[in-house]
Amino acid sequence: MERQNPVFTAFVYLSALLLAIVILAPLAWLFVMSISSAADLSAKPLNWWPDEIDLSRYRALLSTIENTAGAAFVASLLNSLKVAGMATLAAVAVAIPAAWAVSRTPTVSWSLYAVIATYMLPPVALAVPLYMGLAYLGLLNSVFGLALVYLTILAPFTTWLLKSGFDSIPREIESAAMIDGARLDQILRLLTLPLAAPVMATSALFAFLLAWDEFFYALLFTSDLRAKTLTVAIADLAGGRVSDYGLIATAGVLAALPPVLIGLVMQRALISGLTSGGVKG
Amino acid sequence: MPGTWITTRAWLLMLPLLVVMIAVIGWPLVDTVRLSFTDAKLVGTAGGFVGLDNYAKMLGGSNFQRALITTTWFAVVSVAAEMVLGVLAALLLNQQFRGRTALRALMILPWALPTVVNATLWRLIYNPEYGALNAALTQLGLLDSYRSWLGEPGSALIALIVADCWKNFPLVALIALAALQAVPRDITAAALVDGAGPFNRFRYVIMPYLAGPLLVALVLRTIEAFKVFDIIWVMTRGGPANSTRTLSILVYQEAFSFQRAGSGASLALIVTLLVTILAIAYAALLRRAAGAS
Repeated sequence: MERQNPVFTAFVYLSALLLAIVILAPLAWLFVMSISSAADLSAKPLNWWPDEIDLSRYRALLSTIENTAGAAFVASLLNSLKVAGMATLAAVAVAIPAAWAVSRTPTVSWSLYAVIATYMLPPVALAVPLYMGLAYLGLLNSVFGLALVYLTILAPFTTWLLKSGFDSIPREIESAAMIDGARLDQILRLLTLPLAAPVMATSALFAFLLAWDEFFYALLFTSDLRAKTLTVAIADLAGGRVSDYGLIATAGVLAALPPVLIGLVMQRALISGLTSGGVKG
Repeated sequence: MPGTWITTRAWLLMLPLLVVMIAVIGWPLVDTVRLSFTDAKLVGTAGGFVGLDNYAKMLGGSNFQRALITTTWFAVVSVAAEMVLGVLAALLLNQQFRGRTALRALMILPWALPTVVNATLWRLIYNPEYGALNAALTQLGLLDSYRSWLGEPGSALIALIVADCWKNFPLVALIALAALQAVPRDITAAALVDGAGPFNRFRYVIMPYLAGPLLVALVLRTIEAFKVFDIIWVMTRGGPANSTRTLSILVYQEAFSFQRAGSGASLALIVTLLVTILAIAYAALLRRAAGAS
C-alpha cells in the first residue's frame, strides 16, 4: 500500500524488530529467571543466560510434599481452578437465558445497559458489605464464597458477550421452527444453543480468564491454603519472605501459562471480538 | 403471540441473572451507601448514624486529595501513552512485511499475562540490588550506580506507569489495527495520488476510521486506570511515602487495614461517583462522535 521505498522498508523492519524486542524482552527475562540458579541471578554483572539450566524450582513448585512451597503453590493452583471453574459455570448458566431474552426482546433491551453499567463499578464500592455478608454466611476463606463474589464480575460480562453472540444468529431460523410447531424449549435446545455453542465456549473461556486474573477480592476474602488463589499466592511470594527471585519467576511462568496458551489459541476470536466492539463504537 | 407475554417471558428468562445481580451487586451497593452514613467498624460494632461526617472527613482530608491527584496522574499518563504507542504499533502492523502475522500474535502475550504476574515481573526487573533494569543500564553505561526505582518517591509512579503501559498498549494496538484494516485501500491510494503527505493522510483519511474504536478503548482504559489496584498493590503497596497511593488503595487501607467500614464506604462511594461522572462524560462524547461520523 505504501511506496516500495528501500529507506521506508528498512524503517518498517527496524520498527518491527524494536516492537518485538519490547514485547518479548520482559517475558523472556521472566523465563530466564525461572531457569537460572540463584548465583546467576545475583551475579554482578548480571548473567543474562544461565551457565547451567536449573529446573529445580519447577520441580519444587509442582511437588505435593506437605508443608513445602510446592504444596502451597499446588493448593493455590487448585483453588484458582475451582473458583474460576465454578464462577464461570454459574455465570454462563444465568447469562444464557438472560442474554437470549435480551437479544430477542427489544422491549427489555434497555436492561442490558443496566447490566453493563454495573461492570464499571469499582470493586471497592461492593467490598465492605460483601466481606460482612460472607462473614455472616461463614463463607470467608472459602472457594464457594469467592466464586459467588466473582459473579459480580463474570455475570454482567458473559451476558454482554452472549447477547452479541445471539444477535448474530438470525431470528428467522427460530420463527421458522416456531411456525413448524416447535415449542420454545425445543427451539432453544435443538436449534439456537447448538448454533451458539462456539460463542458460549468463547464467552466461558474469557470469563474463566477474568476469574483466573482476579486479585482484589481474592486478597480480601481468602486467608490460607483452603481458599487462597494463585494471584494471591504470587503476590505473597513477590511481597517479601522469599529471597529466591527465580522461585517467584517460576510461579509467574506457571500462572501465566494457561492464559497465554488460551490467548494464543483464541487470537482469532479475540481480534474479531475487538473488531465488532469497534464497529459498534 | 401478544407482546406483553413476550415481555413477561423475557423477564422470566432474566430472573436468575437478576437474582444473582441483586444479591452480589445491588444489595452490597445499597449497603455501602447505608454504611457510609455510620461509624461502623469492619468487625464487631454495627455503628451509629453519623450523617455526612464521613464524607466531610474524607473529602477534607489531605490523603484523599493526594490520592485523587496520584490516581488522575496515573490514569492520564498511562492511558495517553497506551493510546500513542498502540496507534503507532497498529500503523506498523498494518504495513506489509515478513513476520507480520507472528508479531501480531506476540501482541496477545502481554494482554494474556495475568496482572499480578505482570506486576511481579516488573517488580523483579526494577529490583534495586539484582534487577535487570539496573544491570542493563549499568552495562550499557547509562547509569553509574544501581537505583531503587520503586523505592524512591520520584520514580516509583513512573516505573508503575511503564509496567502498566507495557501490558495494555498491545490491546489498544490490536483494536486500532482492526480499525485500520477497515480503511478501504482505494481511498488511501486516491489520497496518495492527490499528493497528500503522510501526516495529512493520517489526519484526514485514516483518523475518521480510527476515532470511534479508539474512543471506546479510551473510555474502557481510563475507567480501568482510575480503578487501578492490583498492579500498585503488588509492586509498591502505595509506597514509598504514599507516593503511589491511588484512590482504590486508600479505600482498601481505610476499610480493611484500619477496619473503618463507615468512612471506607463513604470513600468508596466518592470513587464510584467519580468513575460514573467519567463514564457519563465519555458516553456523551461517544454519542457526539457517532453522530459526526
